[in-house]
Amino acid sequence: MIAFATLLERLTLTPGRLAKLALLREFFRTEPDPDRGWGLAALTGTLSFPLAKPALIRALAQARTDPVLFEWSCDYVGDLAETVSLIWPARDDAFGRNSVRTPPMLAEVVDGLMHTPKAELPALLEGWLDASDPPVRYAILKLMTGALRVGASARLAKTALAELAGGSVSVDEIEEVWHGLAPPYAELFDWLEARGPRPDPQDAPVFRSPMLAQPLEAADIAALDYAAYCAEWKWDGIRVQLVSVPGGRRIYSRGSDDVSAAFPEIVEAMGFDAVLDGELLVIRDGEVAPFADLQQRLNRKVPGVALMEQHPVAVRLYDLLFEEGEDLRALPFEQRRARLEAWFATHRPPRMDLSAVIEAADFDTLSSLRDGARAASIEGVMLKRRDSPYVAGRPKGLWWKWKRDPLTIDAVVMYAQRGHGKRSSFYSDYTFGLWRDGAEGAELVPVGKAYSGFTDAELAQMDRWIRNNTTRRYGPVREVAPGLVLEIAFDAAQRSNRHKSGVALRFPRVARLRPDKPFEEADRLETLLRLIPS
Amino acid sequence: MTPHPSGWLTPRPEGLWCAPGGFHIDPVQPVAHAIVTHAHADHARPGHEHVLTTPESLAIMRTRMGEDRPAREQQELRYGEGLRIGDVEVRLEPAGHVLGSAQVVMEYRGSRAVVSGDYKRVADPSCAPFVPVACDVFVTEATFGLPVFRHPDPRGEIGRLLDSVRLFAERTHVVGCYALGKCQRLILLLREAGWDGPIYLHGALMSVCDTYERLGVPLGDLRAATGRARAELAGAIVLAPPGAIADRWARRLADPVVGLASGWMRVRQRAKARGVELPLVISDHADWDELCRTIDEVDAPEIWVTHGREEALIHWIEGSGRTGRALRLLGYGDEEEAPAAEGEGAAA
Repeated sequence: MIAFATLLERLTLTPGRLAKLALLREFFRTEPDPDRGWGLAALTGTLSFPLAKPALIRALAQARTDPVLFEWSCDYVGDLAETVSLIWPARDDAFGRNSVRTPPMLAEVVDGLMHTPKAELPALLEGWLDASDPPVRYAILKLMTGALRVGASARLAKTALAELAGGSVSVDEIEEVWHGLAPPYAELFDWLEARGPRPDPQDAPVFRSPMLAQPLEAADIAALDYAAYCAEWKWDGIRVQLVSVPGGRRIYSRGSDDVSAAFPEIVEAMGFDAVLDGELLVIRDGEVAPFADLQQRLNRKVPGVALMEQHPVAVRLYDLLFEEGEDLRALPFEQRRARLEAWFATHRPPRMDLSAVIEAADFDTLSSLRDGARAASIEGVMLKRRDSPYVAGRPKGLWWKWKRDPLTIDAVVMYAQRGHGKRSSFYSDYTFGLWRDGAEGAELVPVGKAYSGFTDAELAQMDRWIRNNTTRRYGPVREVAPGLVLEIAFDAAQRSNRHKSGVALRFPRVARLRPDKPFEEADRLETLLRLIPS
Repeated sequence: MTPHPSGWLTPRPEGLWCAPGGFHIDPVQPVAHAIVTHAHADHARPGHEHVLTTPESLAIMRTRMGEDRPAREQQELRYGEGLRIGDVEVRLEPAGHVLGSAQVVMEYRGSRAVVSGDYKRVADPSCAPFVPVACDVFVTEATFGLPVFRHPDPRGEIGRLLDSVRLFAERTHVVGCYALGKCQRLILLLREAGWDGPIYLHGALMSVCDTYERLGVPLGDLRAATGRARAELAGAIVLAPPGAIADRWARRLADPVVGLASGWMRVRQRAKARGVELPLVISDHADWDELCRTIDEVDAPEIWVTHGREEALIHWIEGSGRTGRALRLLGYGDEEEAPAAEGEGAAA
């Protein structure tokens, strides 16, 4: 448990991806079985312990501590598990320093949480807390309540596993067996460390790493052999993989998260034996709703009936990867597309349709079609090579995404925060606002937040300006005097009840500095509101 | 009849005032007679007429302020030596906070009060350990006066730093620490843990280290971090003031792992908010257990709390059958929290 606790703490506080990978790799390399497997399960969100509730933790701590001091401590720390981990007085040693007991192994904790009857859980937990130091207590309590929040995705953990294998197994190969495995993953480690064969998922509904597109830049356009490509709209939803095989049905996100429970009506519609690639969208009367509507569904792990009725989801199909056990991924796109159309004509599954192919005789025609598409649900167009096989990752030149030109506004910087990693010493994250009429004249209302997309010199210039124009500090946040105008690019503006301004921007980023523009002449909120498609 | 210390030791805006001795303790404004518990800037202020403190504190004050600035008349008093000031018997006893830090023990007509200044109880290779003195009134700090603050063994924290240096051998490990006390303690803890190589220092930490060495605390191979090539600092341990670690000064380091040595690092959100990747829970202030244990040991019926989180500590004091009183003295910060001046790095 000690190594796992250390790993959690360092992952939480480490900003860099490479450093997180190094920490994960080290954990998997040095921690023995089965603890490393249980650690992997915890990191990938595979574990849950329904009987372990925060109320149990609170009751235990209150019985051991002065109630006034406990409440003050909770107020100060702001997190129950952390407060308890710190305040917990070990029973045999008033100073908590010379405890001779050893903390439990991770496997012991997992086993205890899984199999202990509810009435016996408090005594078990008490024993563990007595035998542990604060970081280990914290890890136990966070594991119990299922809220690790360490900022390391399941994908990152699998990438570290691939590195552990030293290049003999790729992360995509791990993905393809992953959902057929169960913790503590002895088979998987045997395979990675070349002691055993590749685990056979048999007919389990496993995830396959999706094929992704490269952004199409001006230089690529010049070299593009348009006739070799098919075009489709790029829809603004979430990319999903529908897996329906004899062993089960799953909906996976692009990052291999199992999101089936959030979309039960889609699972119900998957009465076929196939693996499909598509875009999950909220569609009402054939019209794709803006992403904000889908966001309502994504916020819920399990939706209520009303939400499902008000935000009906459907899947727009892009590709057919498997049909009745036959792997189609090596076929050229054109042939897969033909198979997809034939399959769709036969099965006609509810809540699904085909992503239409755009008929455009030449690139210029496609370009004007792209410019003419104003629906917020269309991000741009996709170009897929007619002869491209379906390969995991982002291969160069096979698929291109060509986003619509962004919308822009001129906004005033209101708050700044330091960045992460290499930018941790620079004020590089900005909250920006637009003007509106307030009770006391013109006022700025925040409309979004963006990282800078600057050169190092510009970043240094911005950093200096922020430091010299700070009016107030709220912890790590600096409020600055109005004075700096940024041109903000974004893909779409959407109505939002959760923002003070009533509007949310899709993918905002800083396009450029506007030192030439007086801040009083930055855009007004009404200008932005007019960009919301009705 | 023995006078109670509340009759002869009183909080004033400029500091704690001892009337029969005619002196202030750690005054925050220039006064005629000052007794200084230790050389941190919020306790040792310049410009007094007369100052009394330990030889070590005086040496450090001269280094930091300049030879003449502590006071026009500067007087040393060694640990354990008695001195009569006015009608009060005064002696200084080690407080275990930093080199030269002292408790002020005062006796007046049979009653005794002890002003502990800042203190800690765990072993510190850079200074003499705290000596508990029985008294009628014990004046304590409460920087970490909440039971969530329980500092772990500092050797374990140094072990975590060295583990990280091994794991990220190409990165600079920069550890934020206050220039007086924490810096030298970290160096000695590293030496004890077997780190014999060079330790690189931000310019603001150099002069106090020199003073420690002059006072007989050898610190080993110390080098200036400023002006080094990035490649030279890969894999190195660099110590810098807390304000410099995630700021402009640190841009010269090789993909730094940012650490901070402070009792506040016990709370994860504190570390996260400051961008600290490797929090080291090492403090020169007593943690909750040390505060409670010390109050038990000196066994004073009345405890006065100068600064920090006094409400929780007073709640505990009252619960233990003693009288607790918050002095609410102003002007004492917590050097572990003090942000270094942003310009400091440029001068270093």
